[in-house]
Amino acid sequence: MSETAVVTNEDVTRVAELANLELTAEEMPRMARDLNAILGYIAQLNELDTTGVPAMAQVGEMLGLTAAAHGETLRADVVRASVDRTAVMAEAPETDGRFFKVPKVIER
Amino acid sequence: MSEAIHLETLSITAARDHVRSGLITATALAEQHYERITAVDPNINSYLALSRDRALAQAAKVDADVKAGAELGPLAGVPIGVKDVLTMVGSPATAGSLILKGYHPPYDATVVGKLEAAGAVLLGKLNCDEFAMGSSNENSAYGPVHNPRALDRVPGGSSGGSAAAVAAGLCVASLGTDTGGSIRQPAAFCGVVGVLPTYGRVSRFGLIAFASSLDRVGPFTKNVADAATMLEVLAGPDTLDATSSQTVPARYTAELAKPVAGLRIGVPDEYFGEGLDPEIRAAIEKSLDALRSAGCTIHKVSLPHTRYAIPTYYVVATAEASSNLSRFDGVRFGLRAAESNTLAAMFRKTRDQGFGAEVKRRILLGTYALSAGYYDAYYLKAQQVRTLLTRDFLAAYEQVDAIVCPVTPTPAFKLGEKTDDPVKMYLEDIYSVAASLAGICGMSVPCGTTAAGLPIGVQILGPHFGEATMLRVGAAIEAAQV
Repeated sequence: MSETAVVTNEDVTRVAELANLELTAEEMPRMARDLNAILGYIAQLNELDTTGVPAMAQVGEMLGLTAAAHGETLRADVVRASVDRTAVMAEAPETDGRFFKVPKVIER
Repeated sequence: MSEAIHLETLSITAARDHVRSGLITATALAEQHYERITAVDPNINSYLALSRDRALAQAAKVDADVKAGAELGPLAGVPIGVKDVLTMVGSPATAGSLILKGYHPPYDATVVGKLEAAGAVLLGKLNCDEFAMGSSNENSAYGPVHNPRALDRVPGGSSGGSAAAVAAGLCVASLGTDTGGSIRQPAAFCGVVGVLPTYGRVSRFGLIAFASSLDRVGPFTKNVADAATMLEVLAGPDTLDATSSQTVPARYTAELAKPVAGLRIGVPDEYFGEGLDPEIRAAIEKSLDALRSAGCTIHKVSLPHTRYAIPTYYVVATAEASSNLSRFDGVRFGLRAAESNTLAAMFRKTRDQGFGAEVKRRILLGTYALSAGYYDAYYLKAQQVRTLLTRDFLAAYEQVDAIVCPVTPTPAFKLGEKTDDPVKMYLEDIYSVAASLAGICGMSVPCGTTAAGLPIGVQILGPHFGEATMLRVGAAIEAAQV
């Protein structure tokens, strides 16, 4: 992360592709401007020497509270009722009742 | 039923007692709230949907229990609103976004089930910033919420509807969520009590995720005792949420009776720097005087990494958001953009039409921070600084029982005042995000008003799972208000 890092419109396009976002021509310059402003602010983190400091994903690890993640408090492996499929499929934009229907996957 | 009940000031305790004693039925109390919503909410815009059928069925059940002399839950007949990022069968769940317009979740959030099991009557779903991203509620796709204390001002965000509805007497209490300050800041702006429980204390099953290492569910209430009642109902482990803690919750309502004399209160210099409104500073100092009079001792503490909390937060939260929000793709629920020839085009068009500008900004920022070549510089760095921020708090709590500081640098600002500058809007969270990153508990308690009549909140931060002590400190400050 260099303090002079500048996000170009091309960078925004590349990241938008990664994020499956399609930005309009009007949105593009505004997003580039905002990302530069925010990243400029975030560059403050460079002032800190974090050599040897462990990364923290969430606080449970730090407090030793994630017993669940280590299998000690896993729930009993028994069959239970789950959400009814009809109710789930009813929320889909396009479905035949069993499958989600989508436009063709492979472009030719 | 002849005695008038003032909804604006009605507490959980009073509502429950009135229903229990037969002064009013749960059904009539719910209907009175709906009438008030019809009359008042067009000016506030706090409700996105009303769950009348479900509420009245539950009220009828409570009324039958009262009649039968059955045992009543701690929230029997109490009308409560739910932030629209939580699922509730029979009601839409939009998360304030167009991409979920029309989505009716087929299951209840755990907290929704817990409230109803305690007898609560759930009135409807409350407005919020889109996917809980915002500090002013101006990012809702369904229009901003207006602050009931000053209609030209924001209620705060992201749980703006939850705070405003309680402040305006449109529900007795509500549920909100807090990722970087989204309960405490709107509570301060609207003059109500808001509690951020410790990470893991309250189940998040059924919460539409924003940033999973930060998101928490908590209550808004009109007083601290009500907050203790709500937390007692909400807290506890949940097999459906692997991050929920197995730690046994304290008995918050019983603990509240304990005196605060002898408690050590920490005051961090870093939270009283440049930019803090002088009226807020004065109100916090008055709260500290009240604690001193109640027998607490006041100590300076240092949280030296505080100024790095916002940059850290905006890396961690956006990185997680970019991942969490990838599920909104037009396949399984919500919006699908019309006329796409391929799957990839459908994804992109749906997300472009469905997400608002702030959500896109954060997805882009998060994706950038996680992308090849930048991961170490941004995401890993932020995770390391998060450790430093958490260590600051752990060290402070070796010397003190709770920390007292401001919630926000300024009182509620005007609608439209900060919408053009994301960094300016992010700085709104300057006193709230460090606690979010560290996973500790916190709350906002009203502690006065500005000369212009705007509410001021004081923040009490407790150590991990230190809610009981935090609530006692909050109650002591509340008791000193006139």
